[in-house]
Order: sequence, then structure tokens, then C-alpha cells
Amino acid sequence: MPVFPDELIYKLEKQANTNRQHIVEMIYRAGSGHPGGSLSSIDVLTTLYFHEMKQDGKNPTMEDRDRLVLSKGHACPGLYACLAENGYFPVEELKTLRKLGSRLQGHPDMHKTPGVEVSTGSLGQGIAVSVGMAMAAKLDRKQYRIFCIIGDGECQEGSVWEALMASSHYKLDNIIFILDRNQLQIDGPTERIMGIEPLEAKFKAFGMHVIQINGHNMREILAALDEGTWFVGKPTMIIAHTLKGKGVSFMEGALEFHGKAPNKEEYELAMKELKEEAKHLDQEWKEKSLKKNKKGGGRK
Amino acid sequence: MKKASQRVAFGETLVELGKEDSNIVVLGADLCSSTKTAMFEKHFPERHFNMGIAEESLMSAAAGLAISGKTVFASTFAVFATARAHDHIRQSIAYTRANVKIVATHGGITVGGDGATHQVMEDLALMRVLPNFTVVVPADAPETKKAIRAIAKHPGPVYVRLGRTDVPIITKEKDDFQIGKATTVRKGKDVTLIGTGIMVSVCVEAAEKLADKGISARVLNMSTIKPIDEDAIIKAAKETGAVVTAEEHNVEMGMGSAIAMVLAEHKHVPMKRVGIPDVFGESGGSDELMNKYGLTVKNIVSATHDVLKRKDKKVSGKK
Repeated sequence: MPVFPDELIYKLEKQANTNRQHIVEMIYRAGSGHPGGSLSSIDVLTTLYFHEMKQDGKNPTMEDRDRLVLSKGHACPGLYACLAENGYFPVEELKTLRKLGSRLQGHPDMHKTPGVEVSTGSLGQGIAVSVGMAMAAKLDRKQYRIFCIIGDGECQEGSVWEALMASSHYKLDNIIFILDRNQLQIDGPTERIMGIEPLEAKFKAFGMHVIQINGHNMREILAALDEGTWFVGKPTMIIAHTLKGKGVSFMEGALEFHGKAPNKEEYELAMKELKEEAKHLDQEWKEKSLKKNKKGGGRK
Repeated sequence: MKKASQRVAFGETLVELGKEDSNIVVLGADLCSSTKTAMFEKHFPERHFNMGIAEESLMSAAAGLAISGKTVFASTFAVFATARAHDHIRQSIAYTRANVKIVATHGGITVGGDGATHQVMEDLALMRVLPNFTVVVPADAPETKKAIRAIAKHPGPVYVRLGRTDVPIITKEKDDFQIGKATTVRKGKDVTLIGTGIMVSVCVEAAEKLADKGISARVLNMSTIKPIDEDAIIKAAKETGAVVTAEEHNVEMGMGSAIAMVLAEHKHVPMKRVGIPDVFGESGGSDELMNKYGLTVKNIVSATHDVLKRKDKKVSGKK
């Protein structure tokens, strides 16, 4: 695995924590939304928007930018947090999620929100849209990449497989699919509702280059994105094993928080936990860098 | 009347457009030899993608190409293009306002022998209800050429319905074609027959029959179903005082109902809709099916007599 500097990992973990706070706050203020899947996919999104992707909040339509398609559109609070923190629109605007007249719709709208590449929400469509975008990039001999985030429950949609078939048929190695494998869908565990395993075997049979990672480990995410970028001849499918509601103790693995906003007490508790986690990350980094400096000093 | 294929006209025009504009990309779903996009594929293999028997993937991939700046033609049989892939069209094409031109062939009952599963009688209804969509039904092969050229330049989502069979040529090379504008095929003052697609030629024949009986029927070619040409409808109603519509589509929810809404709001005149009843089709020859399902000259003539009777009553009633 490539070596990633501790400082980058700290920076990404800290940013993911900030984004988690935005997610909880946004959904609490909106009174509805999907905290579970937003929190499970935020480490991947944070890695993409704060390190991996070529993009610019001041220039959302920059020609050679990398493109992100959030096929599981209901996880958009996480996307909105990343966009706001990158300067696509003011962070203050996050409060308007799901409100009448807001640019931040309940599911992403490319014509309303700067930085949203494709409108999504009805599941199973973003994959084929990504395929079309990757075909266009190949036709134009462009180097930009397409990242497409898919839900695990979403894989029950037949059109996912139609599109994956096309992606490998046309050798679209400029797409990286990332599956947010958080194990839960609205009605229960995916394997109880409509089993989708064995996923790795299925994706391989559909012609993908498959990588399995812990979707909350920044180093593993970075390494998988790197591998997918350089893999030639096949699209890459990263199965990111995640925990629904990750980062807020009482939301972790809790089915009820798939599509329910926290009440006031839950909101306050969640924010308290996340702020403590932020402090902990700072403390850890401080100790690590002190040790490093000491070590470095010793060598001198 | 001389006949020609709308599908071939479409294929030929695509090739012309492909030569003129390298930004045009064409997608098919395994029926490329039937829809005639294979003609484009032959000339521009790198810009033609066969998506296999996968219409949902076809429509969303078309959206992805369009969102990335391409002018995309997506083509398959009308029943699969509209009914099967509707949610993909709704979200990924209509909602995103993607520059995708869905040109569907094999619309309506004239599909013939394939029977009910392949005869879509509700495609215009399905496409009319989607915001941001323009819906075009050319009357014959020459108009198909003009329509395909016009939609290539028209930004945003468009649905075009073409038929399987060769259709009588009723438009002329020099005739103007504009999206959203009905054209007058024949002048007349007693009644207006408004047709779309293959039914325009049937209206022309009916007008000739009516002329023999001293009835002067105007014929309008309603080649755009959405946005519908309200001005032309209102003008025809005012000037002729009676309207008959004719379409190869479910009569409850196609062009006739769109025209009825315009007349109900703007100009009350006796009106009758000719079209396919609210039923599924069946196997048979195209002409036999048109006959059985009420798409003949006779049907239009009898509808005309009906509206003229009501028109006379209305006129005498006012006295």
C-alpha cells in the first residue's frame, strides 16, 4: 500500500468530523432526511473532495474537473457539506436543506446546486449516467475521472446491472464506482430483504476490477482510489464496507436512522459526541506531531 | 399516393448530421437495423453505441453523454423507449433537461404482426406528461427529415415518434417545418380535420371524399404534440366552426385530448376524436388493423358528418 503522510490522514479525519457535524445539523434543522447513509458514506466523500478529485469550488464547471455522481442521491447532505466546505456555496446555506426555495433539495438537483453534476434520487440511474459521462470523456480524449457512489440496497435495481455490463463492455476504466456497503436498507438488513451477496463475485463476473476496503479507513480509501485510477482496461468497483450512522453512537447500525431526523435531544447528544471526537483527533495529532518532532530533532 | 419509409429518412438524416457535426452521438438498444441507426453506425462506428437489450441503461447513458456536452440520439422501438424506460427518462433526461433526442420507431398499431406487446398506443401520453419535453410526430418521410434536422438544433429533451410501415407522402420538399407549428395541408371552410403522423394522409383522403359531397374540409398537420399549436387550433375552430381529430394512438389521452383541452378553454365548437379505443391491439396486417381499430377514411368522414350536424343545430339554435 502506498504511504500516506500522517498529516493528510489527520486533515481528512478532522474534515470528515466537521462534515458529520454538518450532516447532523442539516437534517435536524430540516426535520427530515437520511442520516444513516449520509454518515456511512462521508469518509469516502471527504477523501474525494478534500484530496483526490481535481475540482474547484470557485469554478464549478472547470472543463477538466473530475466528476462525482451520487447515485444514492438520498445521501446528499454529505455531498452538500463537502461542496459548501469547498466554497461552491456558503456554509451558512446548509441550514436551508429541504426548505421551500432552497438550492439544497432533498435529493440532488444539478440545476439548483453549484457543484452537483447530475440530478439523482430515483435509485439505479446514476450508474448508467456515469457510463454515458465516461463514454463522452473517452470520445473527447479527456483525462478526467468519473466517481460514482452507489448504495448497497440500490444494487437490487436491475438497471444497476445493465449499466455495469455496459461499463465493462466499453472498457470504461475512467470510472471508479464506490459501493457504500452499510448492510442496511429502509426495511431491514439487505440480506434479509433481498440478498445481494456475493457482491465481489457478481462484480467480477460483470467485468469489474474489484477492491474491498474498510470505508472508514482513510488510508485504505486513498489507496483504493489510487489503484482504481491507474487500473487499465476495466472499470473499478470499490466495495467500501461501512457502518450506517457511523460517528454517532446511537445511530450506528440503527435501522431507524436510515430516513429519520434526530429530535432535539438526539441532535444535542450527537453534536456533543462529534465535538468530543474532534477534540480527540486534535489531541492525538498534537501528540503524534510532538513525538515526530522529538524524533526528528534527535536525528539532527 | 406514393409511399416512403420514415425510418430510412431518419437513418439518412442522421448520417448527414453526423457528417456536419462531430458532436452528435447515437445510441441504440439492439434494434439498430430496424430503427436504421445502423446507417449511422456504418459511417461513424466510434460515435455509435449499442447498449444491448437494456433500455433503462440506454436512456440514462444518453443523459450522461448529453450532460457532458454531446447531442445524443437514442433510438429503439417506441414501446420500450417510453414505457419501459420511463423513470430513467423522467429523472435523468427530463428533470436534468439533457440534450437527448429520443427517436422511437414502430409507434402505434401499424406495427402489425408483432401484436399487442409491441404496439404502443400510449407513448404520446407518456411523453406529453413530462415537463421539459417536446413531442414531435412527423407525417411522412420528407417531414421526418426536416423534423430530425430541427430537433438536432433544438436544445433539450425531444421525443419523436415514427412508424414501422411506409407512409404516404403528403408534404412537399419546400414546405416549412417548425417545432410547435401546425401546417395547413389543405384549405377548407366547413370543418377542420386535424391529423398527426400517418393519420394526416388519411385526413387528406377523407377531405377529398367530403369534397365530392360538397363539404369543404381544411386539413391541419399537427406534427408537434407538445407544445401544441394553440393558435392554429383556435383559428381553425373560429374559421370553420367544427373540428375532427385523427391519431394512431389511444384516443383518450393523445393529440385529440390535447386539442379538446384547448377548445374547451378557448373556443367551443362541435368536436369529435378519431383514434384507437382504450384497448390493447392484436396481430394482423397494418391496413387490417387500421380498419378494425377505427383509423380509416370512413371513420373520419362519419365523424365529420356528426360534427357538422351538431354545428348546424348550434347555428340554427342561435337563430
